Amino acid sequence: MADTGTALGAPAERREGRDKVTGSARYAAEQNIPGRVHAWPVAAGITRGTIRAIDTGTALALPGVLAVLTHDDAPRLAPADDPTLAVLQDRRVPHHGWFVALVVAETLEEARAGAAAVRVEYDVEEHDVTLTEDHPGAYTPEQANGGNPAHREQGHPEEAFATADVRVDARYRIPPLHNHPMEPHAATAHRSGGRLLVHDSSQGATTVRATLASLFRLPEDDITVVSEHVGGGFGSKGTPRPHVVLAVMAALRTGRPVTVALPRRLLPDAVGHRAPTLHRFRLGAAADGTLVSSLHEVTTHTSRIKEFVEQAAVPSRIMYAAPHRLTTHRVVPLDVPSPSWMRAPGEAPGMYALESAMDELAVATGLDPVELRIVNEPDTDPDSGKPFSSRHLIECLREGARRFGWAQRDPRPRSRTEGPLLVGTGVASATYPVMVSPARASAHALPDGRFAVRINATDIGTGARTVLAQIAADALGVPLDRVRAEVGSSDLPPAPLAGGSSGTASWGWAVHEACTRLAALLAAHTGPLPDGGLRAHADTAGSADAGSDWARHAFGAHFAEVTVDTVSGEVRVRRLLGVYAAGRILNARTARSQFIGAMTMGLGMALTEGSTMDAASGDFVESDLASYHVPVHADVPDIEAHWIDEDDPHLNPMGSKGIGEIGIVGTAAAIGNAVHHAAGVRYRELPLTPDRVLEGLAGPL
Amino acid sequence: MDSMGSRNDSAGADDGAGRPGNGRGAAPGEPPDPAGGTGPAGRSAARHGTSRPPGRHHSEVTLRVNGTPRTLTVDHRSVLLDVLRERLDLVGAKKGCDHGQCGSCTVLVDGRRVNSCLLPAVALDGCDITTVEGLADGGAPHPLQQAFLDRDAFQCGYCTPGQLCSAVGAVAEAEAGHPSLVTDPGAPSGRPVPLGPDEIRERLSGNLCRCGAYPNIVRAVEDVIR
Ligand code: FES
Ligand code: FES
Repeated sequence: MADTGTALGAPAERREGRDKVTGSARYAAEQNIPGRVHAWPVAAGITRGTIRAIDTGTALALPGVLAVLTHDDAPRLAPADDPTLAVLQDRRVPHHGWFVALVVAETLEEARAGAAAVRVEYDVEEHDVTLTEDHPGAYTPEQANGGNPAHREQGHPEEAFATADVRVDARYRIPPLHNHPMEPHAATAHRSGGRLLVHDSSQGATTVRATLASLFRLPEDDITVVSEHVGGGFGSKGTPRPHVVLAVMAALRTGRPVTVALPRRLLPDAVGHRAPTLHRFRLGAAADGTLVSSLHEVTTHTSRIKEFVEQAAVPSRIMYAAPHRLTTHRVVPLDVPSPSWMRAPGEAPGMYALESAMDELAVATGLDPVELRIVNEPDTDPDSGKPFSSRHLIECLREGARRFGWAQRDPRPRSRTEGPLLVGTGVASATYPVMVSPARASAHALPDGRFAVRINATDIGTGARTVLAQIAADALGVPLDRVRAEVGSSDLPPAPLAGGSSGTASWGWAVHEACTRLAALLAAHTGPLPDGGLRAHADTAGSADAGSDWARHAFGAHFAEVTVDTVSGEVRVRRLLGVYAAGRILNARTARSQFIGAMTMGLGMALTEGSTMDAASGDFVESDLASYHVPVHADVPDIEAHWIDEDDPHLNPMGSKGIGEIGIVGTAAAIGNAVHHAAGVRYRELPLTPDRVLEGLAGPL
Repeated sequence: MDSMGSRNDSAGADDGAGRPGNGRGAAPGEPPDPAGGTGPAGRSAARHGTSRPPGRHHSEVTLRVNGTPRTLTVDHRSVLLDVLRERLDLVGAKKGCDHGQCGSCTVLVDGRRVNSCLLPAVALDGCDITTVEGLADGGAPHPLQQAFLDRDAFQCGYCTPGQLCSAVGAVAEAEAGHPSLVTDPGAPSGRPVPLGPDEIRERLSGNLCRCGAYPNIVRAVEDVIR
């Protein structure tokens, strides 16, 4: 790509692509620093209690074992803002899988054997890990995740619902879900010459550095955290996780470079999960489908050490017009591992419930599901009353319907069969809020005509280096191949994490500003550049985080065609199509990959992914990749992602909205609605596994 | 649990993570390895070099890795994946699960694709190993590597080396006439199996991609078999 004007939006190839296909891209556990050793954590096998004693003698006598860290002797940490990071500090075991020891050894094999040889005695207490809607411990928190108020109410939703012409009252259940990025969480820590160097598998090294500085009482300037290549995160690497604390502890203790790579089986308990959500959804409408009342009540769980409330009712606040509305969250603290962010927290489960309920309302009113959504399009944000900066949901629905061939659909459930297969199609809307945070960046014009932009952005697979170079080239008006983007180290200007679909907007804003300033400097400059080139800096504090008078959200529509096998109960997706209105798309190639990747995760949420909190053991039953089924090649058809060009001046200098998460939002509902259309059975608990499907098929229609 | 009680636990092995009383894979009480030194320096040398003498728990093997013979003394517990990554600094093969569940560690052993996390290295003496680092022919990328770039068949790239090695192996298997679950049972036995999208999807289903690059991977494989 050597063109200038088209740098932004062009399908530029990933800059680190060659390194990734040749195996030369190194991830956090792959830093073979001379003298590097390995550490293996020991996870609690009880669910609640205290450590009475730990016998480390056997482990220490094994060949290669260098140290065993326990609460008795691990480095003391300063109080942690995030209680999940306070590992090896006391005897308390707040949930299953809590780390109780760490074995450091010369080799992986020796560390693993050492960990297996650590004997822990506990005083065990009774535990409760079972979430129910009527749990006596349930309470309404002040806020749900993301700073959203937990409870919102307008008008008289109960009364309006009770007197509505058409009513849907349904309960939906979504089980715990696991992020499971393909690269397990890992960190390599090295203390040398008074400096601490940490390679961490993280979505944001700036926060990791700040957190390590605080926990270990070190100056931030003495710490470098590198997250150069990260094997996915999906929220689970959004903030520092315990593995990086353990790696630093071990490095300080042994004086050696130490790698902690969490075994896959330990991830579900240690790195956060999407909390289960129990939804009650009530929709009251006039006979023509116009909503009069909408009530979305969510019950979810959190751990005993941290209040994390999946904000699953929040998307219902902005989707459809209804004069009477209620959205509320209740949370039950249980003896479970701490839940955390997973791709589209809130939106993914919440929109499954809302968009399933809308489908039920379409059936109840006899309206086409696409038209029902269009009928209920609001003029302004129903919650805040603010105008939308741009909202093209109707266009997404119409364009998707056209591409999908929706007009040919026979609306009657169970109207299409192919031998033992029932065939159906479904639709669901999608939304994701526009978020952006301040960042700093520098732009450098080199005397040889090349340019470098520097910012501690993180490329977790989104193509951050590539798109930031495009933004820079566009702002500078120079060919893309003359711009280098340096990202992935805390030594670069600080920037927020890759998360909340806000990375590109936040980083891009700062890069754009730095490059705009540099362009002005260059315009004013005459003669050759000085030896050191010219530099410009930007800090978007105050602008990127300024409030907005606009409601800013991305929207989309998902369409699915499925088959339901009446013999095996298997649901298969034949077609999956998404249309998005997400501002300006900055790189067509990498954006498409993000959309289809998130839709694939939505397919998993619909059909294969589910975790069970076992009441007896207090552990997730499906805690590895053999039992927790992420979609595989054979599950995934040729997915289509399209977008509508949106020109929204109220966002950021690039005009972009985030695209990393919206693809998962609504996909599960579209598939579930297609299953209802195929089979005439309404399933309200995910995932739609063959056992559930067969049970439903056998029951009354 | 009906009341306060106590419990002895042996937890932390990858397999028995937190499973009470599961001491599998441990070697508690085993005498220190007579073959190795007991000081950190000695073991460090063993880890990074090839000089450690074979003994009760170590053996010498020769692996031909990407065409180069490599002789080294390996811990009997070491799987091929860890030998590649930790001893030979070939980190292209990735560790996604360590348990044969994800395919990230796929490499070719004597031309056939395997999960290298499941193979004790000591059992591979004399084998030919090809990793993602060995796919390219000199400076030029393997056609499949180029196709992955052209099709944006990855995002984070962590599953990618495994997908590539697996696809190379799968294409060879189909060429050799190996059927898959979706091969027409009436197809002539032993003849090359044509690889359409369904065949590719089926044959690559042991390679998970959490970034969901599957459609692009299938297209990339189609590109090279055309
Ligand atoms: S690491 Fe070998 S199959 Fe997952
Ligand atoms: S590219 Fe990230 S797991 Fe496949």
